[in-house]
Amino acid sequence: MKNWGFKISRPRAIDFDTADLAEYSKLVEKVPSAKRCLMCGACTATCSAGNHTDFNFRHSHLMYRRGQFEGLAEELDKCMLCGKCKMVCPRGVNTRAIIYNMRIFLNDMNYKNIES
Amino acid sequence: MIIGGGPAGLEAAYNIAINGYKVTILEKDNEIGGNIKKWVKLFPDFGDAAEIRKAFADKVNKGNIEIQTGVEISELYSENEKWFAKNGNNVIYSADAALLATGFEAFDARRKEELGYGIYDNVITSVDFEEMYKTGKILTAQGTVPKRIAFLNCVGSRDEKVGNHYCSRVCCINAVKQATEFKELVPDAEAYCFYMDMRMAGQFYEELYRKSQEKYNVNYIRGRISEAAATFDKRIQIKSEDTLTGLPMKMTVDILVLMVGIESSASTTELSRQNGINGEYGFAKSLGLYISDNLTKKAGLFLAGSCKRPLTLPETVADSRAASVQILNYLKLN
Repeated sequence: MKNWGFKISRPRAIDFDTADLAEYSKLVEKVPSAKRCLMCGACTATCSAGNHTDFNFRHSHLMYRRGQFEGLAEELDKCMLCGKCKMVCPRGVNTRAIIYNMRIFLNDMNYKNIES
Repeated sequence: MIIGGGPAGLEAAYNIAINGYKVTILEKDNEIGGNIKKWVKLFPDFGDAAEIRKAFADKVNKGNIEIQTGVEISELYSENEKWFAKNGNNVIYSADAALLATGFEAFDARRKEELGYGIYDNVITSVDFEEMYKTGKILTAQGTVPKRIAFLNCVGSRDEKVGNHYCSRVCCINAVKQATEFKELVPDAEAYCFYMDMRMAGQFYEELYRKSQEKYNVNYIRGRISEAAATFDKRIQIKSEDTLTGLPMKMTVDILVLMVGIESSASTTELSRQNGINGEYGFAKSLGLYISDNLTKKAGLFLAGSCKRPLTLPETVADSRAASVQILNYLKLN
């Protein structure tokens, strides 16, 4: 096909009517404390991996909550499961268990990056 | 003479009357109780509003307290150290001192046209929510049980577009309360609260907020809804930024509840203006914020409750007791 130099961009917006919000319910069953997260970002601030990469646990957790899984498995690979985030959380969220279970569920979903 | 038969007026009437003075309460509605009449349960402990209202009514059921309902005061003035209040029919009430306890009114959500109140039936206010909650059910305009509901904070507060820079202070916790009540009624439904900041600065507020997330699965999204529009099946589509993901978002909800802010009541604004004690945003202005918050620059004219600024019920009651002491001192010394 002739390349005209234009392409159609996919919408950036999160559409709650079509997003897969059920996956998060499964995660919350495993880690009930996830519901208490305030998105304060203390986890991200203290993160050892975040000091050397652009890994952001708060953001990854929220994207998972919103059913936005693209590229997430690769993001979570940056975490070393050291658990510092869990020690600073003001709401006692088991952050390490969230990452661990997100990895398992993403693997189960066999989520393929649709961009590639 | 107390203008306003809400919590502030009733609490002051009781405290002044038991000290041996004759008190007249002038209430514009046909029943005393003020804004509390519209509520079912109160934050943060789901206290029964009807019971609390009855407790106030019992307190003022005394010989030396005269209650005049259906009396809307249009003029308030002093002559020769006496205070006079006149209603629309030119009936004049007089007393040695006057207490302004004319309270607040809820923001008229129609002024935020982009949110669709008064245009779409499934956009309601927090006051409408209470009215519906009195029936024991929360239903859409079509009579169906909602599967998804959204609450939007700061409607008429912290918004220079409507001229209100201030925070109304009670709407955040009220959204948490109403979302919790909704989830108790419809546990399988989704509840979302859209906020700019969650201001949980009161005893047990943060605990209720936490419980709403932990026990009731209420979702909080930091972002202000920019517009609401109806879908073909009368649901409401809302747009916002999900600021914590940094992405725009949209969702369709069955009911959108607008958490309307506190504005000065029409009586507060008018009677303050007549006496030169009009403060910011139409509220009444006290002599000083720290040690003379119930006094005005007019001798014998006092202020109590949310005619000064947005206050919670416990704050209003405490403020009203403070005003009572100031009035008793004034009557004793003059």
